[in-house]
Amino acid sequence: MTVTRASRVLVAATVFGIALALTGCAPATPAATAPTGSAATLEGDITVYAAASLQATFTDLAETFEADNPGTTVALNFAGSSALVTQIIEGAPADVFASADTTNMTRLTDAALTDGTPVDFATNVLTIAVPPGNPAGITDFADLAGPDVRLVVCAPEVPCGRAAKTVAATAGVTLTPVSEESSVTDVLGKVTSREADAGLVYVTDVAAAGDAVEGIEFTESASAVNTYPIAPVTGSASADVARAFVDFVTGSDGAAVLRAAGFGAP
Amino acid sequence: MTLPRWVIAMAAIGAAFVLLPLVAMVLRVNWAEFVPLISSESSVAALLLSLRTSLAATVLCVIFGVPMALVLARTDFWGQKVLRSLVLLPLVLPPVVGGIALLYTFGRRGLLGQTFELLGIEIAFSTTAVVIAQTFVALPFLVLSLEGALRTVGSRYEAVGATLGASPTTVLRRITLPLVLPAMLSGAVLSFARALGEFGATLTFAGSLQGTTRTLPLEIYLQRETDPDTAVALSLVLVIVAVIIVSLAHRTGEPSRRRARALS
Repeated sequence: MTVTRASRVLVAATVFGIALALTGCAPATPAATAPTGSAATLEGDITVYAAASLQATFTDLAETFEADNPGTTVALNFAGSSALVTQIIEGAPADVFASADTTNMTRLTDAALTDGTPVDFATNVLTIAVPPGNPAGITDFADLAGPDVRLVVCAPEVPCGRAAKTVAATAGVTLTPVSEESSVTDVLGKVTSREADAGLVYVTDVAAAGDAVEGIEFTESASAVNTYPIAPVTGSASADVARAFVDFVTGSDGAAVLRAAGFGAP
Repeated sequence: MTLPRWVIAMAAIGAAFVLLPLVAMVLRVNWAEFVPLISSESSVAALLLSLRTSLAATVLCVIFGVPMALVLARTDFWGQKVLRSLVLLPLVLPPVVGGIALLYTFGRRGLLGQTFELLGIEIAFSTTAVVIAQTFVALPFLVLSLEGALRTVGSRYEAVGATLGASPTTVLRRITLPLVLPAMLSGAVLSFARALGEFGATLTFAGSLQGTTRTLPLEIYLQRETDPDTAVALSLVLVIVAVIIVSLAHRTGEPSRRRARALS
């Protein structure tokens, strides 16, 4: 009787240990084919704060994660990375933070609010978005500086605007936008509504917009690659679930969904 | 009358609910850097643009809002109640929705946009677009306060004037408008305040470019991304301007009530 109980405890401990090992080192080992396979040990609710550009992919990933781990629920909150960091620093109940740039993740790390070192899980580059039919006849980056082109970009204060500034400097082109928006979705909106002739957005935005816009890639985009880091937030009530979700996103399942949406490998 | 204590207690909680966030904001202001923060080139450009566009929007509100209030208060026609609720819609409409609606009206592909383009008038991404967005959200404030005043004042004096042979325009100019002038002023001041705070419709419809379309609320929203100190400092400027305007509105609004009482 006592022997049986002891061995049961031993088995349970071993399973738990393996689960920990699997989930703990998933980013380094693609061999973690079932990073969340030890479903029985995971229970709890987490809230994931993710950059607006991750809306489609993270909604998808959260559903898969919940299906793999029936004891868990993943609530998602999408907004600009900067706004999300501000909210977390002011005490918002986030368990995981996925940023669209390293700058904002550093703000969170500097506030000692990340649990462990953030892991880069995706990259994104700028592309030119034009309305279907390309009314202004844009073919390359230099065309954006044309006098009759109504160009919309992000303001230099936000990540996509910083990237646009870097790319323009690399290309040696002076851009004269008619509007500098606060978010990449606003830029895309001005292009899909045909108010603007061209906009600088991320490759993934064009992929997600479907037929509403056409994307024109340009070589200079390589000069401003945005890196997306993810990390659990300290003080989570379900720290194990948060860690498992981070491992899931940085693992092979996450990579597959992200690559399909147009994100690059970190 | 003496109010029950619990009413006063609830009122105090309500007042704290409104005032506490303002106090919290003031506590975060970086006073050492306050003046440099609000006098930067982009801040000054945003403030001046905001004042300019809000003033233009207020003028448009008076030009169109006064006749609207007169029609709603002094005439009686089928569907008037429905029309009144529809005209006041921008009051309850989320500003972003207003912005989308304006985009589909005045945008390049919009209902009227192509006509304007043929006339050589470009609205998209121009200061005109900002004024249109502000007028759209501010107009109901003027219509609402003026219509109420017109109904309170009543139409007896107007009727007397008309029987003595005054033309409709003379009645309007010599009797109706002087009677409701204080309400018109306070309505205009409220419209100005609403135009000054306009954010959602402008962002959706007009875009954001320093000196052209980036008004103070848009500047605050943008600065919040990188420079919270500037955002808070500019927020305080906007609050101060709003407080001045609201107190002005109260001062101009009071005589209207006294006058109305004296007349009735």
